[in-house]
Amino acid sequence: MKFQQIDQFAANLRADTRESVHSGSKAGHEKRTSVLFDHYADPNRLRQIAGEIKQHVVENLDTYLPAVEARLQANGVIVHWASTAEAANEAVYSILQARGAKKMVKAKTMVSEETELGHFLEKRGIECVETDLGEFIIQIDGDHPSHIVKPIIHKNRREIATSFERHGLGAYNDDPETITRRARAHLRHKYLEADVGLTGANFVVAESGRIVLVTNEGNSRFCLAATKCHIAMIGIEKILPRDRDLGLLLNLLARSGTGQQLTVYTEFIRGPKAAPQEDGPEETHVVFVDNGRSEVLASDCREILRCIRCGACLNVCPVYRQASGHAYRSVYPGPVGAVLSPLLAGKQFPELADLPKASSLCGACNEVCPVNIPIPDLLLRLREKGKREGSEAAAAATPPMGAWSVMATQPAAWKLAMFGGKIMNVLPAKYIPVPALQAWQAKRTLPAWRGGAFRSWLRTRAQPAADVRSAKSEG
Amino acid sequence: MLNHERPPITQRRVQLMATCLCDAFYDDVARATVEVLEHLGVEVEFPEGQTCCGQPAFNGGDWEASRKVVRHTVRTFSGDLPVVVPSGSCAAMLFHGAPLEFEKESDRASVEALGRRTWEVLDFIVNGLGITSWPGRYDAKVAFHRSCHSRGTGTGEAATRLLGSIAGLTVAPFGEGEQCCGFGGTFSVSFPTISSAMGGLKLDHIRAVAPDALVSADMSCLMHLGGLAEKEGKPIKVLHAVQVLRDALRQGGLI
Repeated sequence: MKFQQIDQFAANLRADTRESVHSGSKAGHEKRTSVLFDHYADPNRLRQIAGEIKQHVVENLDTYLPAVEARLQANGVIVHWASTAEAANEAVYSILQARGAKKMVKAKTMVSEETELGHFLEKRGIECVETDLGEFIIQIDGDHPSHIVKPIIHKNRREIATSFERHGLGAYNDDPETITRRARAHLRHKYLEADVGLTGANFVVAESGRIVLVTNEGNSRFCLAATKCHIAMIGIEKILPRDRDLGLLLNLLARSGTGQQLTVYTEFIRGPKAAPQEDGPEETHVVFVDNGRSEVLASDCREILRCIRCGACLNVCPVYRQASGHAYRSVYPGPVGAVLSPLLAGKQFPELADLPKASSLCGACNEVCPVNIPIPDLLLRLREKGKREGSEAAAAATPPMGAWSVMATQPAAWKLAMFGGKIMNVLPAKYIPVPALQAWQAKRTLPAWRGGAFRSWLRTRAQPAADVRSAKSEG
Repeated sequence: MLNHERPPITQRRVQLMATCLCDAFYDDVARATVEVLEHLGVEVEFPEGQTCCGQPAFNGGDWEASRKVVRHTVRTFSGDLPVVVPSGSCAAMLFHGAPLEFEKESDRASVEALGRRTWEVLDFIVNGLGITSWPGRYDAKVAFHRSCHSRGTGTGEAATRLLGSIAGLTVAPFGEGEQCCGFGGTFSVSFPTISSAMGGLKLDHIRAVAPDALVSADMSCLMHLGGLAEKEGKPIKVLHAVQVLRDALRQGGLI
């Protein structure tokens, strides 16, 4: 392959899409920074503590998972375990079948994007309606989310208005309030008709079995309020040890994700309704999804399992801003996706091994991460893995390092190369068949080659330095 | 975070790692490093066998090739003198990157030992030698680009502190200063579209403050930004911060 796929995608990206992604993510990053640094004296210390809590969970999943299962069961929740995406979807489907359910409303959950639950259920005759406004627009467009928190960051309101018109939701009107009202009116009926509400979870607490959900639209509350059965699809890494850890993690999640002090809705779900509650689901199911996470846990990149899906690393990432989320060809885009997606791909790792290449390793992602994941280090480890496993996608447009490593370990050869490089000063780059040099020169000029000039100066200057000074003042 | 603990500086003698970029293109930066250090009374050794820190292959994923070069570097910079390098990026390679790729290697300790005594030059002057203001004179307005490999290290603050203290010199802050310039080593040639777009945004912010020169602690960023600007037909003067320090001494008649 001649090109890196993500760079090609960026080169072909529509200018207005790039502008939507760039301005949306930049604004998100700026809000995050102001709300964190205005309110906290030392947000970086908080990020470290949150990272330690989540790393503790990751390192002790083998004890936390049975503990949280026991706690959930004690709360009256039915727990299911799914090792693969297929098994997770089957688990959901069998719950629906047991209830004779035909209609489901669904809050936003990335793990269901991983398993492609919507398509799975629709093929089996289940109506599955996305109720998060962004995800609803994705659904009617047959599109994919391009951001973890803002799934339609790549769309502008004119495109959304066109989609609504096409989908029979009123004549073209690109006023955001009108669009929201139309979606609200449409979805209100869907909640009332639905048999089952499905959500994800932002956290599950081992100590109490609390399932914690944050939203800004209140749609997940409707998913639970109007249906008799609640299914929560949850990645196995979503556990927090104690209720009091929520104080820190919820504050960091909202601030990092949307620049809010707290999301508009934060729900704490203990299980199915119990007296004297009048409303709420009669049945609560939790489907714990592995789908490759155990292998991530066994790898040298397990820190990525700390991720709380806030999207701050996408917002700050200069590569994401240029390329957009769809460039990453996977559910999780941006820096976190460049680590997580190839790992979750399992045996298909080599096909996505170019994702970790799409980074200048600037480290901004680590600097904003609310759980302090060393993303650049993980990207580097995966670059090494991609090289070791011979991934063609990763190798594309990457300069070979063999000759360089020979020269750089033999000083005589190095000095010769320093001298020989001078040919670049006389021979135009197009005549030098080195792809890296040509890629450089397509965008930039190259400074004059002065190989060895410093060493000559050092050799020939008057010694010691004091003499140089006196020689100068005399001259 | 890329910061690391270093033993305190007890003697005024160092080994200079010139970097491959200065060896090939920017001899005056290496020379300015020597002149600045010698002005401070620091004796500079230059291990002749030095080549490159090993970063290109490390970032490219070819750790086997990179480790060979790192091992060569460890052998070349033997002893226990501080190693001073006019590049935040090469310094970070030695104290952070190389230990990462040697995690499972039996000679990891020697690599980590080299990392611990490696200093980016501005960090060395301010936090190693304890020098916090700079004499001489330099009449100009400059923009300082804090290169990404100095995130979390002492370099950025050291640079702005030293530059800010020079008579006649103004450091003009510009928008989105924390954003990367888009160089990224092999990234610059593997992802030319994204790399140059990132550089373009950086140049827009820099040009908005109309500096006389763009200054950084990494010639790699400057080679990229300067090269982009020149290719656009709107060249911009680029200088390593040690060149500014050296030129301030010259203009002040101190060397």
